[in-house]
Amino acid sequence: MDLSSINPILFFASLMVAATPILLAAIGELVVERAGVLNLGVEGMMITGAVTGFIVAVATGSPWLGFIGAAIGGAILSQIFGFLTQYLLSNQVATGLALTLFGLGLSALMGQGYIGIKAPSFPDIHVPVLGDIPVIGPIVFQHDPMVYIGLLIAIAVWFFLFRSRAGLVLRAVGENHDAAHALGYNVRRTRMLAIAFGGACAGLGGAYLSLVRVPQWTEGMTAGAGWIALAIVVFASWRPGRLVLGAYLFGGVTVLQLNLQAAGVAIPVEYLSMSPYLATIAVLVIMSAGRSPGSLGRIFHAAR
Amino acid sequence: MKRRTLLASTAAVIALGTGAFAAAHAEKTKVGFVYVGPVGDGGWTYEHDQGRLAVEAEFGDAVETVFVESVPEGPDAERVITQMALDGADLIFTTSFGFMDPTVNVAAKFPDVKFEHATGYKQADNVSVYSARFYEGRAIQGHIAGQITESNIIGYIASFPIPEVIRGINSAYLHAKEVNPDVEFKIVWAYTWFDPAKEAEAATVLIEQGADVVLQHTDSTAPQAAAQAAGNVYTFGQASDMAEYAPMPRVSSIIDDWAPYYIARTQAVMDGTWESTSTWDGIGPGMVGIGEITDAVPAEVKASAEAMRDAIADGSYHPFTGPINRQDGSVWLAEGEIADDGTLAGMNFYVEGIEGEIPQ
Repeated sequence: MDLSSINPILFFASLMVAATPILLAAIGELVVERAGVLNLGVEGMMITGAVTGFIVAVATGSPWLGFIGAAIGGAILSQIFGFLTQYLLSNQVATGLALTLFGLGLSALMGQGYIGIKAPSFPDIHVPVLGDIPVIGPIVFQHDPMVYIGLLIAIAVWFFLFRSRAGLVLRAVGENHDAAHALGYNVRRTRMLAIAFGGACAGLGGAYLSLVRVPQWTEGMTAGAGWIALAIVVFASWRPGRLVLGAYLFGGVTVLQLNLQAAGVAIPVEYLSMSPYLATIAVLVIMSAGRSPGSLGRIFHAAR
Repeated sequence: MKRRTLLASTAAVIALGTGAFAAAHAEKTKVGFVYVGPVGDGGWTYEHDQGRLAVEAEFGDAVETVFVESVPEGPDAERVITQMALDGADLIFTTSFGFMDPTVNVAAKFPDVKFEHATGYKQADNVSVYSARFYEGRAIQGHIAGQITESNIIGYIASFPIPEVIRGINSAYLHAKEVNPDVEFKIVWAYTWFDPAKEAEAATVLIEQGADVVLQHTDSTAPQAAAQAAGNVYTFGQASDMAEYAPMPRVSSIIDDWAPYYIARTQAVMDGTWESTSTWDGIGPGMVGIGEITDAVPAEVKASAEAMRDAIADGSYHPFTGPINRQDGSVWLAEGEIADDGTLAGMNFYVEGIEGEIPQ
């Protein structure tokens, strides 16, 4: 057992990177669930974003355009879910699961010609001055731009939900869609927009895997990250601040688990692998008062 | 009256259908493949699929091949294999260790269908087992890795604690140690055959902890990409050549070549000469190939690695030749003794010098 071989600076730096894709996907899903929609298709939207982002980045040579393409790809896919659940009033759980399966298949099909190709590189930015601060510099200020964009999106979501009128409407729709409807708010449009945002964020998260972290396209590359994102939303009790914390915790466990193994620590990896889920369950039990959005997962029809 | 017509025509359709099916069945040999990863993984499953394509190219219209990719190891596998057998496959290859019990279970229900299970050890009247001596390739990797490492730390991304993987670790370690007494192995168990994100992360962690050579027993090219991003790190292609990462970081590779075996076994089924066998071939018969050693490796290292490859191929050298002690210091092989296949097939211990424990 030799913990000295784990460099804490590098550890926290890679923790931020490992957390970014699940952070992006989770913050999108948080908005969706705050609007009262349970979209279990995060995994499908992530993987679709991963492949569309990769295709666009390879075609244009620009990772930035790739990320934009990924956001659009994820948003388009999410609108299928939106149309089915909001207009055709299908069951959200079943439709979300179908979306995941569909996304996995669709992405495999789209990615056929892109296997084994390398993505254009996406350089880290070394923030001037701040990046040179010892310890904190390498941990916080020497990453690729998407790490910061993920955090900015989280802050923006917090501001939107709790400091803006539109965010209040969105939360109202999620808490009680009948009341929101009676007040004259357009429940369906609000939800469609939220679903699109969720899809775009999931797409960004997927593209972060295919363009930065791995970086290449392989089928099924998200490997369950979408499900972790869903767990984080619950873990965070639908609050953006706790969500960032949760994403770092979940990301941290993955990195820590590998670090401990490489350092020769004999903790069975299964314990570390299950720890984030145990934490989620613990949080659910502690907050058994259960503050999930009131209309979460319920079908809304204006005539009812 | 109407109902009778309906019944009659239904019966006719069924008769036609089965007739056509039986006819097609008689002339075409149907070969099924069950894959653990996607065919586009660029590694393990990709090479099995190349073998499948080679079967198609060899026999043309005489065979029909089907495959199911990304089949989880577990109950799902049994369902997939059963479905394949029900669909009329004559020969089914299941290409991952974890398909062992499902294959044996399904085979018991379909005595007329021939099964071939890769990397396992459970044989039956209609189940053959086949594998490649990947440890021969690992010996060459260790030989090169021990000499090109500067930090003397070699990272190893292991998949599951099964004999095949442990054999590879031992073989690589012994041959790295032979050329570099100071070498140290850091082993990470990824508990997956294929998860690019996790593999990339494992590679990054190993590099952060000082490894400048990363060996992998997982199937994707993600560790190669991670090593490339890190710069001064060497890797080896796993299962497939992964030549797109040559000359750096990928300096050589182990290539699985299943095509000759798949063609021979399909031929045997067509001829009616198929028998349950246990095949374990290495570099000599060509089931294991060593990818081109690039110029990133010093010329003399390359030459000695190639000499070792040739010695293994012609049988004059066995990678597990004594003296070799187990991790606890007890003697496994005495001076000059060569490991028997039985011990190798069930290997569940590290050799002396490797730190850490095999997870249970």
